[in-house]
Amino acid sequence: MRVARRLLQAVVVLWAAFTLSFLILYLLPGDSVLTKLGSAEGGPSASPEQIAQLRAQYGLDQPVLVQYGKQLLAALHGDFGTSVSTGDDATHMVLTALPPTLAVTGLALLFAVVFGGAIAVLGTFTRTRWVSQLLLSLPPLGTSLPTFWVGLLLIQLFSFRLRLVPALGSAGFASLILPAVTLALPTGAIIAQVLAKSLRTQLAEPYVEIVRAKGAGRGRVHFGHALRNAGLPTLTLVGVVAGNLLAGSVVTETVFSRDGLGRITASAVTSQDVPVVQAVIVLAAFFFVGLNLIVDLVYPLLDPRVRKEVTADG
Amino acid sequence: MVLTACGVADGANPQDAGPPRPGGTLRLGISSAPDCIDPQQASTNASLNVGRQVVDSLTDQDPETGEITPWLADRWDVDADSTSFTFHLRAGATFSDRTPVDATAVKASFDGIKALGAKALLGASYLAAYQGATVLDPATVRLDFSEPSAQFLQASSTMSLGVLAPSAYRRTAEQRCQGDGLIGSGPFVVTSFRPNQDIVLSKRTGYHWGSPLWRHQGEAYLDRIDYRVVPEPGVRTGSLVSGQLDAITDVQPVDEPQFSGSGFTEPVRANPGIVFNLHANVTRGALADDKVRQAVSKGVNRPEVTDTVLSGNYKPATSILGSATPLYTDLSRELAYDPGGATALLQSDGWVPGPDGIRVKNGQRLSAAVLYSPVFNQNQSVLELIQQQLRKIGFDLRIEQHTNSEVTRLQQSGDYDFLWYNVTRADPDILRQQFSVHGTNRSRLPADNPLEPALTAQSATVDAAQRKPAAEQAQRTIVENAYAIPVFELTQVLALAPNAHDVGFEASSRLQLFDAWVSGS
Repeated sequence: MRVARRLLQAVVVLWAAFTLSFLILYLLPGDSVLTKLGSAEGGPSASPEQIAQLRAQYGLDQPVLVQYGKQLLAALHGDFGTSVSTGDDATHMVLTALPPTLAVTGLALLFAVVFGGAIAVLGTFTRTRWVSQLLLSLPPLGTSLPTFWVGLLLIQLFSFRLRLVPALGSAGFASLILPAVTLALPTGAIIAQVLAKSLRTQLAEPYVEIVRAKGAGRGRVHFGHALRNAGLPTLTLVGVVAGNLLAGSVVTETVFSRDGLGRITASAVTSQDVPVVQAVIVLAAFFFVGLNLIVDLVYPLLDPRVRKEVTADG
Repeated sequence: MVLTACGVADGANPQDAGPPRPGGTLRLGISSAPDCIDPQQASTNASLNVGRQVVDSLTDQDPETGEITPWLADRWDVDADSTSFTFHLRAGATFSDRTPVDATAVKASFDGIKALGAKALLGASYLAAYQGATVLDPATVRLDFSEPSAQFLQASSTMSLGVLAPSAYRRTAEQRCQGDGLIGSGPFVVTSFRPNQDIVLSKRTGYHWGSPLWRHQGEAYLDRIDYRVVPEPGVRTGSLVSGQLDAITDVQPVDEPQFSGSGFTEPVRANPGIVFNLHANVTRGALADDKVRQAVSKGVNRPEVTDTVLSGNYKPATSILGSATPLYTDLSRELAYDPGGATALLQSDGWVPGPDGIRVKNGQRLSAAVLYSPVFNQNQSVLELIQQQLRKIGFDLRIEQHTNSEVTRLQQSGDYDFLWYNVTRADPDILRQQFSVHGTNRSRLPADNPLEPALTAQSATVDAAQRKPAAEQAQRTIVENAYAIPVFELTQVLALAPNAHDVGFEASSRLQLFDAWVSGS
């Protein structure tokens, strides 16, 4: 029952994403054909008849509802149409750009969870005051650094000066490291902030006193009890920040000269290339919905209280 | 030529100085990702710099003199009114699918470009009056036009009208864009194309029909050209300096000093065609007044623009055409900075200073908006400087940035005061395309305007001696009436690592990599 409801919600989200992005692109002045023709210096040199012919070829002369209906129908079959600016199939473009983006965001998420988590846990666990202060002041710093600047700084140091990793391209694992670190920084910082805060809250809860009274050591209290409870809000957060990672890839892919979803999205939006934007939006919505569905399903496994609600609901 | 030659002389390492040797890969960092690498459809430098290496053209154009010279065609005949062009093809040239470059193939290629319609972003205007081609014999083809088209001879030298094999047209236009079926007879062939990443071209073995303008004959020197898309200028520069690239395009003015000395060289070439200019719509507001436009032209300090916002590699405009354009006329005296003359002109015309320093006349403010899209990185800073300069003569320039698509729409509807743009073309006919009432008429001139006769006259003959007076008259009329206010010449600035040599420009300032070579690879 619960799963079915979640799936229905997911379909509605996908449809809404498709429709909203269509509307926004439609309402913007101009269209993809004008952008393409305008890419020639000094503007289009074709005759007005030739331009009209080209717009008709891409179906841009039809009423908006007809355009929308046709695209929705085709999209249901996985066909988002042909990109006006590249001439490539939009679905193909997006699927080709997906693996390099997933590689970087996946690694970034791993870095963010591991390092963000470690900072929060150590920062709250240590008894040395200055270590704790240092560790816990890192996350606010991390969230305030602009990704673009961090990326350039890392390239300057590790690629141009020390020549440890290549500055360009998507080939090999070495090319993944710097973009993943750049992308992980703001995300890891948020994870650390939220986890540290909920760890502190948990450690002040009455049950901690009881566990201590029963004779549990600091380590057991911290890792066995508090962390387990504090992990829940952080897990929800991971579902949300994974979306931010996709958004952040626009910047990292540009700075690190990589192909990927971020780059094609940015250029498709500026050139009002509706088929590509639609394909990206639906894919992103699909991931977002899927990821949050997984988080939802994992929740009861971690928290007995949620498990009871689910049983009662079913 | 001079620049690349001194590049060799500057090479820090004596054994790098030549002679040129074959082999190796040129890793070339480019600033933007080509959407489409078919030169017949492309319009951006990124795309054309790739396409040029893959296709040959019927003719070539001497970058120094602008003269049209043989390439795939040994010789040609043009009829008296420039409506019929007969090309006699050289023997022995083949496409990379081994089929011959013959009259039938040339006809198929020109028909193919015409069939692209508006998708041939540059070719559509070159072939606007193209009626068809006739195969006279396997080595002779005649192309017919419905009206005098002197510009076609120069157009036949561009990559936009480069010849593709008949088999290329069995693929769709979209497939050719992606490099699928992009079969030319050029010195390089497409090996791979990964959007937003890189394009790899490989040497065509057995190539021996190069343009006689090139420094050597036979096959190209480079085994491979690896175009890497590097959008961030700082990363492009850093990658070149740290040896991860051999050459880069679009060096930003702030990065230029890094490449003086230390073995790096900086080939530059100004683009021919219409310079960056404020193109006035003479039907709008204050710009309908000739004296206002003339005052604006006097109020723009062109050398200050190139000195402060750009670099010494950029030239202030000295005509509406760039100095590298054939039949360019030097009008630097007419375009000299003269703020005193500007204010005197406005004063005598009844424009008096208002309370905020901006002049007014009959309650109308001396103000106009300029539309631009950020195609050239320094556009905004250039326009802001011009805004300050014009404020000094009491003229209020409003700067409006729009997307490409929006600028195009406004351009089409005529809803603008000034347009800010440039067009690259190594032929004065570009003036007819942008100013003629039969062209796009960006100034929105009436049919009986004083410019039209000169534009028509220059389009009627390919004879440079006869064309010259008409082309000169057209430039003079545009500058004197300030239909458009020229500002500076767009310039291509490259940087080469010490191991890269002879990366050259063709007549339209796009890359010609046939003679390029790398040492120590």
